[in-house]
Amino acid sequence: MPDSTNDFVVMTGIDKSFPGVHALINVDFSVAKGEIMALVGENGAGKSTLIKILTGADHADKGTIAFAGVIVSIRSPLHAQELGISTVYQEVNLCPNLTVAENLLIGRQPRRFGVSIDWKKLNAQAREYLKELDVEIDVTRPLGSYSVAIQQMAAIARALIVSNARVLILDEPTSSLTAHETAQLFKVMKKLKNEGIAVVFITHFLDQVYAVSDRVTVLRNGTLVGTYPTASVSRLELIRLMLGRSITALDNMSAHKMESSRHISAEPLLVADQLGLSNSIEPFDLSVHAGEVVGLAGLLGSGRTEVANLLFGIDRPDNGTAVMGGKPFKDFSPTASIARGIALCPEDRKVEGIIADLSVRENIVLAMQAGLGWFRRIGTKEQYEIADKYIKLLNISTPTADQQIKNLSGGNQQKVILARWLAANPRLLILDEPTRGIDVGTKADIQKLVLSLADEGKACVFISSELDEVLRTSHRIVVMRDRAKVTEFSGEVEETEIMKAIAGIAS
Amino acid sequence: MNARYSKIWGRLTESMLFLPTMALLLILIADFFLIHNFFAIEVKDGHLYGNLIDILVHGSPTMILAIGMTLVIATGGVDLSVGAIMAISASVAAVMINPTIVGMNLTDPKFFLNNPQYTWMPLWAVIIVPIVIATLCGVWNGVLVSYGRIQPMVATLVLMIAGRGIAQLITNAIQVVIFNDTYAFIGNGYIILPFSLYVVVALFVCAWLLTRRTSIGLFVESVGINFQSSFYSGINEKRIKLFAYAFCGFCAGIAGLVVTSNIRTSDANNIGMYTELDAILAVVIGGTLLGTGGRFSLMGSAIGALVLQTTITSMLSFGVPASAIIAVKAMVVIAVVLLYAEQVKSFVRKLGNFSLRRETAQ
Repeated sequence: MPDSTNDFVVMTGIDKSFPGVHALINVDFSVAKGEIMALVGENGAGKSTLIKILTGADHADKGTIAFAGVIVSIRSPLHAQELGISTVYQEVNLCPNLTVAENLLIGRQPRRFGVSIDWKKLNAQAREYLKELDVEIDVTRPLGSYSVAIQQMAAIARALIVSNARVLILDEPTSSLTAHETAQLFKVMKKLKNEGIAVVFITHFLDQVYAVSDRVTVLRNGTLVGTYPTASVSRLELIRLMLGRSITALDNMSAHKMESSRHISAEPLLVADQLGLSNSIEPFDLSVHAGEVVGLAGLLGSGRTEVANLLFGIDRPDNGTAVMGGKPFKDFSPTASIARGIALCPEDRKVEGIIADLSVRENIVLAMQAGLGWFRRIGTKEQYEIADKYIKLLNISTPTADQQIKNLSGGNQQKVILARWLAANPRLLILDEPTRGIDVGTKADIQKLVLSLADEGKACVFISSELDEVLRTSHRIVVMRDRAKVTEFSGEVEETEIMKAIAGIAS
Repeated sequence: MNARYSKIWGRLTESMLFLPTMALLLILIADFFLIHNFFAIEVKDGHLYGNLIDILVHGSPTMILAIGMTLVIATGGVDLSVGAIMAISASVAAVMINPTIVGMNLTDPKFFLNNPQYTWMPLWAVIIVPIVIATLCGVWNGVLVSYGRIQPMVATLVLMIAGRGIAQLITNAIQVVIFNDTYAFIGNGYIILPFSLYVVVALFVCAWLLTRRTSIGLFVESVGINFQSSFYSGINEKRIKLFAYAFCGFCAGIAGLVVTSNIRTSDANNIGMYTELDAILAVVIGGTLLGTGGRFSLMGSAIGALVLQTTITSMLSFGVPASAIIAVKAMVVIAVVLLYAEQVKSFVRKLGNFSLRRETAQ
């Protein structure tokens, strides 16, 4: 048990305001040497802001930070690094086109005769560092050629080498990792902990909080709920602390689902017959009925997103045919899809979803306006009406419809993107990982929304890495593996059954 | 009360027009104190003359170019070829007025001296055809950028270099003097104010209606900020880019006519030389971000062009030799870079808060 009186980093009374948002209100946070501290909370709870202040990317309005017993003012990320505070972000920010070794040791390359770089030594050193993290790879290959997990390991290794880190902050490192990769990461985290490094671990996955952390700090709406030894809080208790409300609503959902399955129409709305694209996805058959939610289950990279991209026309198939509402179509493009009544809420919110500098209002009307074309502009007044309607309907927390979307938290951004597609009034809504990286409360909101859309007679394709979520929302589940459709389940299915299909084990 | 002031100050400094307008005011205030009679305006034959009018007239071509350039820069691109397109437009107009330069024989060698008002093609065609050709040049740029996926700077460099050559081919590299008075009216005429100003205002209103009363403006900004998200949202981002470049070409065509008309000469070698840089600078002063694109302000760009022209006119009336004007422009560039740096911006915001806080303390 780490000694909490011996905290290495102590943040006291941290207060921070942004225009329109009081992001942190008098928050205390601390982490001890040789401890893994989990930091949890809903989106917009203030986790990122707190971390930004700790890493010098932002400055607190009030409050102090003590580092190894000395009060410091962290001026910049560089200064934080000099102090020994290193951060590994969700998105790896190294150079994918440099080799692994270069990425690790850039700036401190071993030199020969003080001039030319000693490549042999450089590669050997890099190999050595990675070996300490139990990663054995060819360090002379470009970093980009490795999986995200390996890249993340490289980022951790670099954080440890460059700043000789004594505090390591991991900001949602597991969101794009497979179970195996996550386990590997946890092993590394525990190893670092035993070496006396203070680890701060931010995650949305409660399992992981219990798997690795010693203590857990809960934030809610910018205030500190409390810090607890992880073993002393139950899962349900933790969720209650994060949400500030009970979540029985989640469990009522399967009843709702059974109820709604009666509305599914007999005629399929969309039929894909041997639709495929070489080097992307094997030909697959898929039909979606009005009023039905079809879940796409499978691991990351199993071809789920590729299916969505084909159906919506991001990619053009080179095989098979597609029929929508009885009419075959060949013009695959997002513009044509909107006209056809297909919508896709894409996987990568930042790159494919939001238009960061535009307002919430403009983001919401965008797809609807794209459907109407260049010259039938939606009047400004009507735009506000539409935006306000969806802000209310989806409970988007934003001061006004004119707020730039980049100032919203991730979960609220996701709701705006959903609103964009609901406003376009599609008949088929494809949701690619709509709940990724967002908090438990919003997740439940979105799942409920999907079912109520089905009730209204819309067809939904629901893609998610979280199996229980797919199970909870879908009337039918399609399993993908290795860029091909493997099988399909309908009715009541056991979770293990689906897991076996995903893993490729014959049942 | 103070909270309200602070809010208004905040909104004012956040506005895209704040910095360019302040810059323009500052220069004018400096002129008021430093240059004798800078603001004097005379009335001759019912026409207005004076430094301010000069600024508007000489700033017209840059304003026209800046309007088109704004859309291109907002999509995240840049158009280096507008100067060359101006030359093409001017050359086409010259040929359509005076065909002798392409070897056509008119019966009388002194024909133009006796018939100064003669145009080979009807005057409406002399105006329309060059603009159409300029627009096609813009389409060419747009196709290279959007469908050819070539870097905007490289794609438009092609026409920047080739365009001037094409313009010289059209006129056989001869400077053509234009006698026709009606044509010369575009750049020299007066209806109380110089006629070219009406051209600018008309174009500005058209551009504003075209972008803000349709969804084009929103799509242009959206494509500039995040073209991938825009594509996923069903916006045909290629067509939007194509439109922006075509419109930029259209504007350059008009600017070419205004300049030739003003100097009554079509000189393929010099017309529009380096004006692409002025246009880009005007847009940047106006607050549209070069390189990243996104939010744009047509009014900002127009004011930007005026800031540039006011600086030049002031320097000339202050006695700075014309050859040194380029150095002045360079200083404007430095000033712009400083003004738009995030640090300076937040400093201005803090300044507002600070002075208000002091008032409250007292």
